[in-house]
Amino acid sequence: MGSPAPTGEGSPGASVATSTSPGLKAPTRRGTELVMLSFAAGLVTLALILVELNQERSLSLRILYLGLAYLALFACAHLAVRRWAPYADPAILPCVALLNGLGLVVIHRIDLAMEGTVFLDGSTWDPVAFKQVIWTAIGLLLFAATLKFLPDHRMLARFGYTFGLVGLVALMLPGVLPGFIAPEINGAKIWLRLGPLSIQPGEFAKILLMVFFAAFLVSKRDLFTVAGRRFLGMDLPRARDLGPLFAAWGVTVAVMVLQKDLGSSLLFFGIVLVLLYIATERAAWVVLGLGLFSGGAIIAWKLFNHVQQRVANWQDPIARYEVIGGGYQISQSLFGLATGGIGGAGLGAGRPEMIPEANTDFITAVIGEELGFVGFAALLLIYMVFALRGLRGAISVRDSFGKLLGGGLAFAVCFQVFIVVGGVTKLIPMTGITAPFLSYGGSSLLANYILVALLLRISAAARAPQRVAKPKPQQPAIADQHTVMVERPK
Amino acid sequence: MQLTRAGFLVLLWLFVLAALRVVRSDLYAASGLRASGLPGFRRSEKSARGSKAPRQLVVTHGALTGTRISLDGRPILIGRADDSTLVLDDDFASTRHARLSMRGTDWYVEDLGSTNGTYLDRAKVTAPLRVPLGTPIRIGKTVIELRS
Repeated sequence: MGSPAPTGEGSPGASVATSTSPGLKAPTRRGTELVMLSFAAGLVTLALILVELNQERSLSLRILYLGLAYLALFACAHLAVRRWAPYADPAILPCVALLNGLGLVVIHRIDLAMEGTVFLDGSTWDPVAFKQVIWTAIGLLLFAATLKFLPDHRMLARFGYTFGLVGLVALMLPGVLPGFIAPEINGAKIWLRLGPLSIQPGEFAKILLMVFFAAFLVSKRDLFTVAGRRFLGMDLPRARDLGPLFAAWGVTVAVMVLQKDLGSSLLFFGIVLVLLYIATERAAWVVLGLGLFSGGAIIAWKLFNHVQQRVANWQDPIARYEVIGGGYQISQSLFGLATGGIGGAGLGAGRPEMIPEANTDFITAVIGEELGFVGFAALLLIYMVFALRGLRGAISVRDSFGKLLGGGLAFAVCFQVFIVVGGVTKLIPMTGITAPFLSYGGSSLLANYILVALLLRISAAARAPQRVAKPKPQQPAIADQHTVMVERPK
Repeated sequence: MQLTRAGFLVLLWLFVLAALRVVRSDLYAASGLRASGLPGFRRSEKSARGSKAPRQLVVTHGALTGTRISLDGRPILIGRADDSTLVLDDDFASTRHARLSMRGTDWYVEDLGSTNGTYLDRAKVTAPLRVPLGTPIRIGKTVIELRS
């Protein structure tokens, strides 16, 4: 019988090819990553020196050690990537390192400023920069652990529903628990207090729910793309397939009502919408989702006082400057940005103590003041490069779960930056959400490092040379094979 | 002081440019094209050398549309199995659906006993068939083709 020619020699030939063809080896580009990381560490050290100089504090070798310690911290992360995800994207980790480092410097800088005001008016202030350094170290540990224990991102898809349930519980928990465990801080009920620690479970829920939605959509994608009818030039989905969208909407509204956390609900809904869009490539989902969201937002605006306040503050912060819960915060942030102007006041030379919540929600305003428009734009571009590389990995990875998850994660960071910077610059109502990697806050930092590890994992899967399939029975048993005429290959 | 301020901003922008440079040199590596092989130049290079060897496999329809896999002589397994080169999430695809492999300079497609069959430009693949450049291969709802 004419044996299928390519079959006979395909597999053994291939296994030889992998072991003996160094010419085909794809570049890992880990060296580039290390160079970029050193660059980032240098910049962070320089920023710290500038802060100390401008604050007229004594310069000592201590700063150099801090810079070196910072480099060492990220060198460890780099080694973890080298070991467990050698083909990961080279640009992602340096961007994260620079953002996190600048965040640390600015938080330290705000500590100095607040200590100054404490000296003047006798209020109290705990320096938090050191805590944030600890969180960074823990975050990087978690980052390395994620890379080590997750050799293949597709493993996550198996636990999709478990992750979804845990994520949902984590998201809703602070909203429903009594006040002594889940206190209302600054008007939002998003914290869990466990002894001395406060954690924000919503940050982790974000990632868990993304894994769930990606896994869910991959298994049910056909339902959403195939069924439905055309209306007004759009393919409308069937009513019963709208379930997940309505569920997401319900959760969003619940978060908005129970926890008074507008930022998280906006972020969460945006992520679901984008995942649906990536999975189905249908504009109808986006249109429907945006419609639902605006409907929900208008109803919330009618019903809830705190939403009305936010909108009023956004429309005219200066007019409501004196009102309690009014436009004071946004006004101060705008004044800060205006003081910064094009070139900025210089690191350490601004007045961050004038801006409320300077080290969390409004940290981008502080950066805008001290680095000016030019520096702020550079910062946003660094976020852009990060998201770009995440999306690039998502596009070139070869399985749809990875595509969805990678796209969702990269988009989540982008959207979060949009929400916070939009709020600070008065483009959209201020919603109180952390700037990824910059803001002070352990939960946010830890969750974002897990997110980075997942993105690196996906990009490593996309960039690694294809694995050769394991040798296996090539064809059905000889008895099952039908006899065929095979053309002799020319 | 003014100098340090401006200097820091310049360095910050240098970092951004360096990052973009890394991205640029990496742009085509991930998709299997070489950095020098910008789409515009590739065509002329090809006609100059006159080589018609397929260099990549492109998914043209289905959930994975746009995915490119560069061909390096190793066989390409297509199916729902996790270790496939192209992993399909398609209800109409089998776990091990089809295989593309190289013989000489030509690529051959063969069906690995799939339930719904593999089609090479309308013809059902029952035995290894040579795949010409740009001919669609349909597997479930996914369509792929070879390009140079």
